[in-house]
Amino acid sequence: MELDPLMLSRIQFAFVVCFHAIFPVFTIGLASYIALLQGLFFKTQNPAWDRLALFWTKVFAVVFGMGVVSGIVMSFQFGTNWSNFSLAASNFIGPMLSYEVVTAFFLEAAFLGILLFGRGKVPQGIHLLAATMVAIGTFISAFWILSANSWMHTPAGVELIDNRFHVTSWSDAIFNPSFPYRFMHMAMASFITGGFVVAGVSAWFLMRGRDPEANRRALSMCLWLLLFLTPAQAVIGDFHGLNTLEHQPTKVAAMEGHWETATNVPLLLFAIPDQEAQENRFAIGIPNLASLILTHSLDGEIPGISEAVPEEQPPVMIVFWAFRVMVGIGLLMIATAFAGLLLRRKGRIYESRLFLKTLVGMVSLPFIAVLAGWVVTESGRAPWLVYGIMTHAEGVTPSLTGWMALFTLIGYMLVYAVVFYAGIYYILRVVRNGMLPEHAQASADRDADRPKRPLSAAHTPFDDDVDPVRS
Amino acid sequence: MEMFDLSIIWAGIIGFGVIMYVLMDGFDLGLGILFPFAPDEDARDVMMNSVAPVWDGNETWLVLGGAGLLAAFPLVYSIFLPALYIGVFLMLAGLIFRGVAFEFRFKSRRNRHWWNRAFCWGSAIAAFAQGVVVGAYIQGFETEGFVYTGGAFDWLTPFTVVTGLGLMAGYALLGSTWLILKSEGHIQDWAYKITPMLLGIVLVVFAIVSIWTPFVNQVVWERWFGHIRIIWIFPALALFFAFLVLRSVKQRRESYPFLATIGIYVFTYLGLIVSQWPMIVPPNYTLWDAASAPESQLFLLIGVLFVIPIILVYTAWTYWVFRGKVRVGEGYH
Repeated sequence: MELDPLMLSRIQFAFVVCFHAIFPVFTIGLASYIALLQGLFFKTQNPAWDRLALFWTKVFAVVFGMGVVSGIVMSFQFGTNWSNFSLAASNFIGPMLSYEVVTAFFLEAAFLGILLFGRGKVPQGIHLLAATMVAIGTFISAFWILSANSWMHTPAGVELIDNRFHVTSWSDAIFNPSFPYRFMHMAMASFITGGFVVAGVSAWFLMRGRDPEANRRALSMCLWLLLFLTPAQAVIGDFHGLNTLEHQPTKVAAMEGHWETATNVPLLLFAIPDQEAQENRFAIGIPNLASLILTHSLDGEIPGISEAVPEEQPPVMIVFWAFRVMVGIGLLMIATAFAGLLLRRKGRIYESRLFLKTLVGMVSLPFIAVLAGWVVTESGRAPWLVYGIMTHAEGVTPSLTGWMALFTLIGYMLVYAVVFYAGIYYILRVVRNGMLPEHAQASADRDADRPKRPLSAAHTPFDDDVDPVRS
Repeated sequence: MEMFDLSIIWAGIIGFGVIMYVLMDGFDLGLGILFPFAPDEDARDVMMNSVAPVWDGNETWLVLGGAGLLAAFPLVYSIFLPALYIGVFLMLAGLIFRGVAFEFRFKSRRNRHWWNRAFCWGSAIAAFAQGVVVGAYIQGFETEGFVYTGGAFDWLTPFTVVTGLGLMAGYALLGSTWLILKSEGHIQDWAYKITPMLLGIVLVVFAIVSIWTPFVNQVVWERWFGHIRIIWIFPALALFFAFLVLRSVKQRRESYPFLATIGIYVFTYLGLIVSQWPMIVPPNYTLWDAASAPESQLFLLIGVLFVIPIILVYTAWTYWVFRGKVRVGEGYH
């Protein structure tokens, strides 16, 4: 079998970026949550908020550290595997990625240290300010990355001269047509991810009767937030989809498994898209619903996948099913949030073991939904790297051979397997150790006295023989 | 835009970032390389504690340099990285293991020996890979129409192996002189003992590379044996600082060996730059060929000029907070 450097590079990029994305998507939501907790503590002076904030800041520190480590690789991937694209798009992509780095370092230098290590040493107001700035900063970081990514979907504000993009309008390029929708959709996804993780962990503690007062507060608060956030995400997702229909109709057609341009298009619940035959097998759908959703009219016309020649079609099977995974999880999350509302009226959100168990089980789902969403949008752009202008094949590094790409793909998988295992293992230990008892809180303040690296804010040891975890 | 040349400014910024990275991550990596040779586990604790508060700040410069190159000199980015493909992977893998080991070694006891190994091998591989990059830069790259056209292992030649080992020795020297500064007692004695040996290795490699370089690259030959005699001041000063290292070790001074080692690096680095200037992707492209559009360089310059002073102040402050000796059994955990 011939090794294809293009396919292997795509798999490698997808693998590395998915691995990396898990961490920021969580830290962005969690940073805002910590700022909220700090704000509540500042306002009410209730120590429960303070203990929650300290606990989640420890988790934040470890996840942030993992994100930084996996992010280093990202800043080299563009050059190693996509050098033609890097050179062609550098005038725009270069400053965007650099501004992300600049933002992240500015944050780390100025505010992260105060948030992680300043507790009890700087005035409460300053600590709250630091938490708020870190939360805002994570959004600014995401802003640059998502702008660069959106530009690849809906390029604007540039002209192509001698195979290089030159920026003619920074505002058009940065605020390109798909950017506002993608940014909102992703920001909301981060909040929801943070919300479900906090809810799940609080539920886990409640099932074991640990720190009931603080965890009840956390759980109740998260369920209120999720009650509004999850339906709002569905609405934003709908707008994002309409925007995609306007700029990348083939992607939307692939999401719907819709091959031929037609009116009265059904919404497919199940199908096995067959790219060879350009049709679906075993399709089951709800009549006219896709037309209604996408055109807001029962007999609206939707362009099909076949509007693009077969060589310019995305892999329909992947896009179609990744979309269903994302939407399916989204619906499940909305249902869970509403179940919380019903149980709350009966006063049972803290006692119903089934509900608490469900919340614990849902911790991983928002991550899967986010990754599935990215698979939809990125695979759906194929074969284009810069939509309509540059294909993956044109962007890949010309000197790259199949075995080189295979070597590093396996290499990154091995490295990340070790790092990920150690990291997740450690995060679970930090979580299981939970909140410090109130009397230990003060000594933790004295102990955390050095402005340093994110991970050192978590004091949990790695091995059982140093300090066994509390069960 | 005619008032000043943005490409020159950016070359200055990236050049500054590179030397900052080499010096600061250099002693971290150097301690990793020396790790298995340390006299005992106490010494290892002190070695790691002496850099624990600062190492990730040091790595800042690498990430900033990578992203900055893409923005300011994309041709460097899009030729170096494909040309050094396998080497870049090894370097990143090394840096990742080194970083994770830093975090988890302190938090482990039973698994500590594994993190020791990860720390040492990660540091050694990253240092070697970086030295190879220096060698590959001197050798030059096979290119055609702004694209790298060479093979997967062009970067791995006898010459680059020598520069790779040379930088390992050089980083170890930075590490040992840093340890002189930060330790005391038997650990410091050990650092005093190994420093002249490491300096010897560095000087031997320095000599080999200096004699060999003009033969691997014609341009470099003409530069050094052409009209511009003044550039010989750089190797001369590098040697002078090597002498200072040796003398200050004999006198058992504590901070001079480290500072003088920095001197060796700075003047070797300047010598390297003048060898190739203004070629940034030797042998074919100058830094103006490699530059991005002026509006892009300017757009990013604003942010970078704002943030670099903040990073410098923060860095200086961190080093100030953690000044002084690291003692056995105390310090950072």
